[in-house]
Amino acid sequence: MQIKLWINNKAVIKEAEADLLLIDLLRNNGCYSVKRGCETGNCGLCTVFVDEKPVLSCSTLAARVNGKKVTTLEGLQREAEDFGTYIAEQGAEQCGFCNPGFIMNAIAMFREKQNPSDEEIKEYLAGNLCRCSGYEGQLRGIRAYLEYQQSKAAKAELAAQNISEVI
Amino acid sequence: MAEFKVINKPIRKKDAMSLVTGKPVYTDDIAPSDCLIVKVLRSPHAHAVIEAIDTNTALKVPGIEAIYTYKDVPAKRFTLAGQTYPEPSPYDRLILDNRLRYVGDAVAIVAGDNHRAVDKALKLIKVKYTVLEPVLDLRAAKDNRILVHPEEDWQALCPVGADNRRNLCAADKSEYGEVDRVMSECDVIIENTYHTKSNQQAMMETFRTYTTLDPYGRLHVISSTQIVFHLRRILANALDIPKSRIRVSKPRIGGGFGAKQTSVAEIYPAFVTLKTGKPAKMIYTREESQTASTPRHEMELTVRVGAMKDGTIRGLDLYTLSNTGAYGEHGPTTVGLSGHKSISLYNNNLEAYRFHYDVVYTNVQSAGAYRGYGATQGIFAMESAISELASKLNMDAVAIREKNMVREGQAMPAYYNEYNTSCTLDSCMKKAGEMFDWYNKPYARDMGNGKIRSKGVAMAMQSSGISNVDVGSATIKLNDEGFYALSIAAADMGTGCDTILAQIAAECLECEVEDIIIFGADTDSSPYDSGSYASSTTYITGKAVEKACMELKEKLCRIAAVLLDCQAEELIFTGKKIRKADGSTEVSLMDIASKSMSGNSEATQVTVTNSSPVSPPPHMVGMVEIEVDMETGSIELLDYVAVVDCGTVINTNLARVQTEGGLAQGIGMALYEEVSYSKKGQIRENSFMQYKIPTRMDLCSLRVEFESSYEQSGPFGAKSIGEVVINTPPPAIAHAVYNATGVWHRELPITPEKVLMGIGKI
Repeated sequence: MQIKLWINNKAVIKEAEADLLLIDLLRNNGCYSVKRGCETGNCGLCTVFVDEKPVLSCSTLAARVNGKKVTTLEGLQREAEDFGTYIAEQGAEQCGFCNPGFIMNAIAMFREKQNPSDEEIKEYLAGNLCRCSGYEGQLRGIRAYLEYQQSKAAKAELAAQNISEVI
Repeated sequence: MAEFKVINKPIRKKDAMSLVTGKPVYTDDIAPSDCLIVKVLRSPHAHAVIEAIDTNTALKVPGIEAIYTYKDVPAKRFTLAGQTYPEPSPYDRLILDNRLRYVGDAVAIVAGDNHRAVDKALKLIKVKYTVLEPVLDLRAAKDNRILVHPEEDWQALCPVGADNRRNLCAADKSEYGEVDRVMSECDVIIENTYHTKSNQQAMMETFRTYTTLDPYGRLHVISSTQIVFHLRRILANALDIPKSRIRVSKPRIGGGFGAKQTSVAEIYPAFVTLKTGKPAKMIYTREESQTASTPRHEMELTVRVGAMKDGTIRGLDLYTLSNTGAYGEHGPTTVGLSGHKSISLYNNNLEAYRFHYDVVYTNVQSAGAYRGYGATQGIFAMESAISELASKLNMDAVAIREKNMVREGQAMPAYYNEYNTSCTLDSCMKKAGEMFDWYNKPYARDMGNGKIRSKGVAMAMQSSGISNVDVGSATIKLNDEGFYALSIAAADMGTGCDTILAQIAAECLECEVEDIIIFGADTDSSPYDSGSYASSTTYITGKAVEKACMELKEKLCRIAAVLLDCQAEELIFTGKKIRKADGSTEVSLMDIASKSMSGNSEATQVTVTNSSPVSPPPHMVGMVEIEVDMETGSIELLDYVAVVDCGTVINTNLARVQTEGGLAQGIGMALYEEVSYSKKGQIRENSFMQYKIPTRMDLCSLRVEFESSYEQSGPFGAKSIGEVVINTPPPAIAHAVYNATGVWHRELPITPEKVLMGIGKI
């Protein structure tokens, strides 16, 4: 069947066999950040956004994204760099193979939750496995990133207040 | 400790930003799209002989390029173990054999244009098997009438006590002092048998390789491997072609943990490319990784401890039975660590020990290298036995360890008579005790809600490379404008060795880590390195880097001497400049680099090779607090404290994450990871649905600290850290479970079911 979708905001028309998986469609289109770790929906490495919601692309048929917007880490390079820096500062990126799926899901979490607790972070990302890090470094990176974002937001608010006072 | 500029700092990994932004850097990302897809038909039987195999129908599937059976491959046995030649592992494999030795053993290789065609062809190959009775239990394997390797051309290159007519992959016995006499003089003897199961390395990137022919007609193998040079030999042996016809290189590796110290996937696409002349790739599925690779050796260990009433441990006696499975990869060598690393921990008052072992063949998946490499199994048994001894003597588990633990400066008879030249195990224990508040926490406390909170402790040691065997090399070169290129053949599998080695170079050359570019690993261009395993890279290759940089500095001073018209001995290297000792004149590194490229006959490149006659052990202590739910048997981790002595910590971030990652793997081994078999020899845990590794919900806070020693023979005082960190969770958790339930669990993993059975609730 023919499907039309948007991969990282670029319209793509593809001939897709009925059993083609989204992960293979994406990798065949040069989105190599999308990794296959387990084939059974257990590891989270293949996480992408479909219409802004994180899904496992190894468990999604390509046909189901017909007419939808798909985002991979290739389409989120600035956010990946911003947040990824905090993971790298902990040395928690390690082998890096789980990073794209983990970072996709972390970005989804940041968009969804303002100030998640450690428990909320662990729950949100429970489906993203990592064999290298023991997760602690990832958690430290997430916390540092959130603190930075909050201090940035606080500063922006303060600046806005000052401006309004001046006006 | 000396003040360092870039060492002992949390330097960011050189490839970090590529990895966090998802750049295409791994094998399957860079393989050309026109590669033939290679898959393997696998045996459904644990033990069978192929009577007939018909590939005619399968070959007719459109898109199929070739199908190979045992009739097409070289009749020359080899081993897949990545070890220095002559490998202690027996030569017991063919690329394809007509005898199948486990469920998953390779029957045929299929290559085609696309997955669909290859999958279809796999189904159309008709095989007639004569199914044989398998030997599945490691206890029944030795001298069984069923032989796993009856073939005449089976060969052991080293005298490791192997005998294929007895299902023996290796056997040995070593003794120091008079064990039986010492034991007879002891007040108390503890004797128990422990059983550790096979575990999967479960790195996130499965095994994967692509192969192509280069313009010279040579086979170029691009593979996710820890061992480029050994792989070249393994492939030459398997394919029966000269090593000069093979080039091996590795891109980024998505985790290894020892799994990629064995050549698992490479031979199949390599064979296809050699036969067809076309590029080919093999990407292992997770199911293949779980069922047709080389996980940890299952072991059964019987420990006898002889001690006095005051807790003095005088004699140790260990028998290890190790299951190598269908093939002998790493079988003869892993088993040694189960004794050498566990007995040596209790060196302080030890008068005698005996260590003997058998490594047996069975009809299950072949075992191989996995982080800890036998020490993990031995330390679980030994540490559990010592905790049992402490309990029997009514002594504190920390106190008995403090009394008997190995100390700096001691000769260690069980550790090849090496001296323990750097050891802060005692301070590790003290520090861990303080962090954990050991003496103020009860062994067990009823929380009043059906749960019991308890504590446990364990120690561990490992090694830093294989003494007198491992070889590391480094080439350092000065380039234009004064930057350096470091070339290595150690393989960074995510641990950050590229960065760590660059840090060592930068410390020597008094520059920034950014001034060092790093390249590796490629057998055509990298200097020889035995590879990234045995916790060797920082210690062995790191020392090679240090030595190479020192030599390069001398060479640069000679060029500067020409420019400054003086003797090289009068000059001092200061990083960006070389100046005269009296400060009268100087020349910049940039000018030296420019000079080196014009009218110069002094090489600005140095290669140094390093090996070590010793293997200084890193040490660590782990303490755990858990809660056992007495109604469900579930174990919840509350706190884990780890204090590590790895000599000088080269990169503080990477060492911490290494430790946390190792603890997580050890916790998985302690609580849920296992490879189990049906009566027909089929693996039950053939996916991540069944084989559960810890998620972030399963772990507790992991509190890691370092108690640095200074190892004179290591680069800037460093030892290893990669493996030692996996060893404490199983015994520490088993100890805590005993304290909560009064039951010793001598078999891993300690599942809720076993806990309930132990307390009589099932």
